[in-house]
Amino acid sequence: MLRYLVRRLALTIPVLLGVATLVFALIHFIPGDPAQAMLGETAAEEDVEALRRRLGLDRPLLEQYGVFLSGIARGDLGTSLRTNEPVAQAILDRVPATLELAAAAMFVAIGVAIPLGIIAAVGRGTSVDHLATTLALMGISVPNFWLGPLLAIVFAVELGWLPVSGRGTPAHLVLPAVSLGAALAAILARMTRASLLEELREPYVQAARARGASRARAVLRHAFRNSLIPVVTLIGLQFGAVLTGAVITETIFAWPGIGRLLIQSIGFRDYPLVQGCILFIAVTYVGMNLLTDLVYGVLDPRIRYD
Amino acid sequence: MARAGAFIVLLAVVAAVVGPWVVPFDPAAQQLALRLEGPSATHWFGLDELGRDIFARVLAGARISLLVGLVVVGVSSTMGIALGSVAGYFGGRVDEAISRLIDILLAFPGLLLAIALVAVLGPSLTNVVLALSLIGWVGYARLVRGQVLRAREFEFVQAARALGAATPRILVRHIIPSALPAVTVQATLGMGGAILAEAALSFLGLGVQPPTPSWGTMLNYGRGHLLDAPHLTIFPGLAIAMLVLGFNFLGDGLRDRLDPATHGRRL
Repeated sequence: MLRYLVRRLALTIPVLLGVATLVFALIHFIPGDPAQAMLGETAAEEDVEALRRRLGLDRPLLEQYGVFLSGIARGDLGTSLRTNEPVAQAILDRVPATLELAAAAMFVAIGVAIPLGIIAAVGRGTSVDHLATTLALMGISVPNFWLGPLLAIVFAVELGWLPVSGRGTPAHLVLPAVSLGAALAAILARMTRASLLEELREPYVQAARARGASRARAVLRHAFRNSLIPVVTLIGLQFGAVLTGAVITETIFAWPGIGRLLIQSIGFRDYPLVQGCILFIAVTYVGMNLLTDLVYGVLDPRIRYD
Repeated sequence: MARAGAFIVLLAVVAAVVGPWVVPFDPAAQQLALRLEGPSATHWFGLDELGRDIFARVLAGARISLLVGLVVVGVSSTMGIALGSVAGYFGGRVDEAISRLIDILLAFPGLLLAIALVAVLGPSLTNVVLALSLIGWVGYARLVRGQVLRAREFEFVQAARALGAATPRILVRHIIPSALPAVTVQATLGMGGAILAEAALSFLGLGVQPPTPSWGTMLNYGRGHLLDAPHLTIFPGLAIAMLVLGFNFLGDGLRDRLDPATHGRRL
């Protein structure tokens, strides 16, 4: 296990370096002069020059890259062009809101998906299965930027049960969490169904039935437990989708998280903040994938990575 | 399921191609006096904030969505097949370089890199297609690389090599065709994914710019009228969901037909 851990960590380092390089390169993809683009066409030449110096764009590319990487190593992601606040601080201030939303969305998704997947697998080929799989496909197809406003129309505007936007009480969390969790629920339900179907074909399940175990016991005590391994892995891997979905959901519901910060900073052409948000989300995603892989290795003793 | 999907997709294609000639309203024509008017016998989906017919705009938006889907899937699958087969067939350093690039691009969740690219390149239809294609090839390359690694060891491939067939010929005539069924499924699902991604970027104000009718942009403008004109939100969203559902049904159905492992027996 230790060997695997070291090997997996070693594989993550070049990926992180690649991510940092791509995020560094982003600012250089801006057509024309990045400093001019940030300040607008009408900006005075001395202001553009000053910004160029402030961002280090007047230095050789390799030097800029070195400064960028050493900044990341120290936790210094630069300062926001609009507020002059350190980028790292602006992001850290928003982390609790995004984590709260992501956790609530995953809670909603798991709560819906697991029972739906079990019902569909056990009743394979029946109308219940068709209904569950169709519901799951619909969940994947309905975009959260449509589901969110629809939920707001029904539950906030028409019924007046829930607040339409903002953060504060648990009631504020309901609509964003359902809107963000729906697609994940659909994906998880499909995986739970497929994984449980695989297990139901295994001889040990048939053996349990032959020994007199009830159908429910054979499914829940035997097959379901083993079918959970890929489902748990998928939950970890889908964390990235939740983070990206949060960018949209936070924008719809004015949720003060990192996603909304990213979209706002794009609007203000605050590129250091854009870079910081992208880097933070990508690194969190890589970290979550690493954690998922490690948990997978622990959960399933059959897995050997040497 | 595949038939239902094919029907929805066909309906969308027909609507996109002939719709704008059949509907008596220009998607850009404004009737400011009737702005935000709800659905009626004349204007089936109602009118938007500038008094434009939403039904006509939804049909015109179908053209944009299908066009984006086709171009993105076309470009990214071609790039993915080429790079994936080269990586899988040659192995060694070429494979190492392509695989590391894939790893780095996969380290960014879904839309995030597209958002980042469009944020710096500027919001436009061309940049959306460029960003989605630059990211989309990764999935195809990974899939094809795996298929090629397997196909490389097939006897008929070994035989072709022993007969002296050139590498490009082996790749194009023998190996890539064996990966095509899996690529077809991925491309079908990819159409839905690309349409959804374009709509998401346009919804965030980073994609297709007004006055071009895009479903995502229409939803973005509908957000400001949730209280007084929900029809601005309902119809474009329904169009996106139906078309993506169509491609998902079709892709799922194709996968079921092409992958015997999904057939099993009941407990």
